[in-house]
Amino acid sequence: MSGAFSAAKFTTQPFLSTPLPPDLTTSPSISPAPPHRSSDPPANSASFFFQIESPRRSGTVVAVSDVVKEKKSKSTPNLLITKEEGLVLYEDMVLGRAFEDMCAQMYYRGKMFGFVHLYNGQEAVSTGFIKLLKKEDSVVSTYRDHVHALSKGVPARAVMSELFGKATGCCRGQGGSMHMFSSEHNLLGGFAFIGEGIPVATGAAFTSKYKREVLKEAGCDHVTLAFFGDGTCNNGQFFECLNMAALWKLPIVFVVENNLWAIGMSHLRATSDPQIYKKGPAFGMPGIHVDGMDVLKVREVAKEAIGRARRGEGPTLVECETYRFRGHSLADPDELRDPAEKAHYAARDPITALKKYLIENSLASEAELKAIDKKIDEMVEDSVEFADESPPPPRSQLLENVFADPKGFGIGPDGRYRCEDPKFTEGTAHV
Amino acid sequence: MAAIFQGVGAAAALSSTPSNSFNSKKLLFSPRRSFSVRKGASVVVVRSDGNVNLDLNPRGRRAQQLIANAVATKADSSAASSSSKPGHELLLFEALREGLEEEMERDPCVCVMGEDVGHYGGSYKVTKGLATKFGDLRVLDTPIAENSFTGMGIGAAMTGLRPVVEGMNMGFLLLAFNQISNNCGMLHYTSGGQFTIPIVIRGPGGVGRQLGAEHSQRLESYFQSIPGIQMVACSTPYNAKGLMKAAIRSENPVILFEHVLLYNLKERIPDEDYICNLEEAEMVRPGEHVTILTYSRMRYHVMQAAKTLVNKGYDPEVIDIRSLKPFDLYTIGNSVKKTHRVLIVEECMRTGGIGASLTAAINENFLDYLDAPIMCLSSQDVPTPYAGTLEEWTVVQPAQIVTAVEQLCQ
Repeated sequence: MSGAFSAAKFTTQPFLSTPLPPDLTTSPSISPAPPHRSSDPPANSASFFFQIESPRRSGTVVAVSDVVKEKKSKSTPNLLITKEEGLVLYEDMVLGRAFEDMCAQMYYRGKMFGFVHLYNGQEAVSTGFIKLLKKEDSVVSTYRDHVHALSKGVPARAVMSELFGKATGCCRGQGGSMHMFSSEHNLLGGFAFIGEGIPVATGAAFTSKYKREVLKEAGCDHVTLAFFGDGTCNNGQFFECLNMAALWKLPIVFVVENNLWAIGMSHLRATSDPQIYKKGPAFGMPGIHVDGMDVLKVREVAKEAIGRARRGEGPTLVECETYRFRGHSLADPDELRDPAEKAHYAARDPITALKKYLIENSLASEAELKAIDKKIDEMVEDSVEFADESPPPPRSQLLENVFADPKGFGIGPDGRYRCEDPKFTEGTAHV
Repeated sequence: MAAIFQGVGAAAALSSTPSNSFNSKKLLFSPRRSFSVRKGASVVVVRSDGNVNLDLNPRGRRAQQLIANAVATKADSSAASSSSKPGHELLLFEALREGLEEEMERDPCVCVMGEDVGHYGGSYKVTKGLATKFGDLRVLDTPIAENSFTGMGIGAAMTGLRPVVEGMNMGFLLLAFNQISNNCGMLHYTSGGQFTIPIVIRGPGGVGRQLGAEHSQRLESYFQSIPGIQMVACSTPYNAKGLMKAAIRSENPVILFEHVLLYNLKERIPDEDYICNLEEAEMVRPGEHVTILTYSRMRYHVMQAAKTLVNKGYDPEVIDIRSLKPFDLYTIGNSVKKTHRVLIVEECMRTGGIGASLTAAINENFLDYLDAPIMCLSSQDVPTPYAGTLEEWTVVQPAQIVTAVEQLCQ
């Protein structure tokens, strides 16, 4: 565990109403720390565990832009991102937001059905992490997966078309909102049940290790990101996979998108110790808390965590404190959450914050950002048009892809494989 | 205990002719020849089978001892002449192991994961020695976390490996049901065909010898309605190896059912590379009067009953359906068209079991050929009791099969 994160240094940050610890403000990269073996919790975190009754609500979260401002005053050109990077991040976040807003419209217009979970408010996490990946790296998502797919490079047309249930969708209309896949982009799926994606992600990370160590593919440094929420962190698969990933030092990052609510269950009412990142060290991996409303801060942590995984130093647990601006799904009236809480996080909109940062640091002009907004609007409009005009899946598609090897459909009474029966492709065969 | 089961199994294995059902294109040899050699040795066994059938229930244990002796005799004689016979003789768990080992040698992407599969060698020794040969990463000892390591196998399969996941006991896979159903079964479809899951999930199941309710489960009925999953049940060392190899090579997720009481069955199998067709039933005994469909351990109860039936003048056709999903309706249909009578014998539960599905499939497809309603003998719908006597009454016994056939053929 040499070169591990200093979990302790990050632990104090989000829950204190005091300014950030100095080491974070000066250096967002993670400093090496001695192994976290000691059973004694780090002194500074131990002292505050008991002080805070309701850490989430009372904690003042300091935006990374403030950090950067301090930094800037000290050393002027030392920005966290280049102009190009900034624009990529901005475009991705705006795409995520605009796409989801359009989904809501289309849902209410009856163009898509079922449970549709929107990502509004959490964009900094998807963008901050996924934009650092290579194409060969894998992403495993949840039911709230549209934006992860977009960040990973799946075209908006393919995602929208999938939501419309059309044959041109990324899963040919067979997956839907909660099951976005793209083998081309190594998006291993949206998983609709809580926690079930985590073992699959662990398996993908196992493959990376296997390729390197058994198949001797020295260049295989692929990393897997597993995204899931605060509710999942009370599920057994979370704990089981933290154990296995740390045990075998798998190249995986567990990204908790803690938006404080598991549908209607407050994180604080569901979890004995609400500080999820603390569960990392319990399994021998670093646990980091990061402000999930700040894409630059997420990105800095992500960079280190992904780097660790790529270097073969093992898994990392990252808790991103974020918030969803809409209900759990479009079927959720969202009456339970406190308006003050919603307003608090709405004021911390990650896109507004990034915009402000880019302009204040002269990384981009208002006009440049407007041009991106316009480009994205057109892209999303285009995706809707494309989806609308696309054909629905033909009936013959119904029985395709049940088995990868169609012989699995069995042998018909005529002694031939059922899949060779002409009625089969017409979709009228009795299987 | 092992010796007894070996006896029961081997007795029936000898009388079986597992030859009609392979895909001949895939075979490099003629199995008929290699099995015909053994006909002579089965005489002793037939006699002891007769014993079992004659004084059936109360003294079952004694009868089994007789069989054990018979097998011992047989083993001796075969050992003496083994050099002259083609192929090699091994136990069912060794056949599984051999198939697995060959596939691991053939394809470096094939790996094993599960509880105690590595250093310990598997609870039934199916993976014995493989960790030493292939290393800890290819034969991965996992923590006791069925749902997660099964999911991990699925993730590995999606990204290019071909994992063989062992459930230490089939019943433990209930803890992995979410992964097996949602991801193994559905993911190829929901991804629009983009991802394949070439995984094999295997393990020992069935009613053993007083293992208690939880360790005596037959999960095939639970798994059968999961779309996208293929299920096969092995019953002889020959088909165990062939099905294991075929399952590993298949692009589909396959659940391979093994039976705790069959691991010590002994059989001579060919030295050449062979695989069995995953979708094909196995003709165990051709006959004219009635079609008996069975699989896994019940095959041996059926064959015991068949001896009695033959003595009584019946000529039953016995088919080991082997492919539990999908059913090989071709072989089954041809048999129905010939005999016009069907008896299903399964170890599965009566309600919603394989037999129920099979009954429905035959009624739908071949009703016109039936001269009598299909009869289905299944386990009682009870949690398997511990007590030996109760346990015996839970599963179908040969005498019941004899009675059922007599009834069917009236």
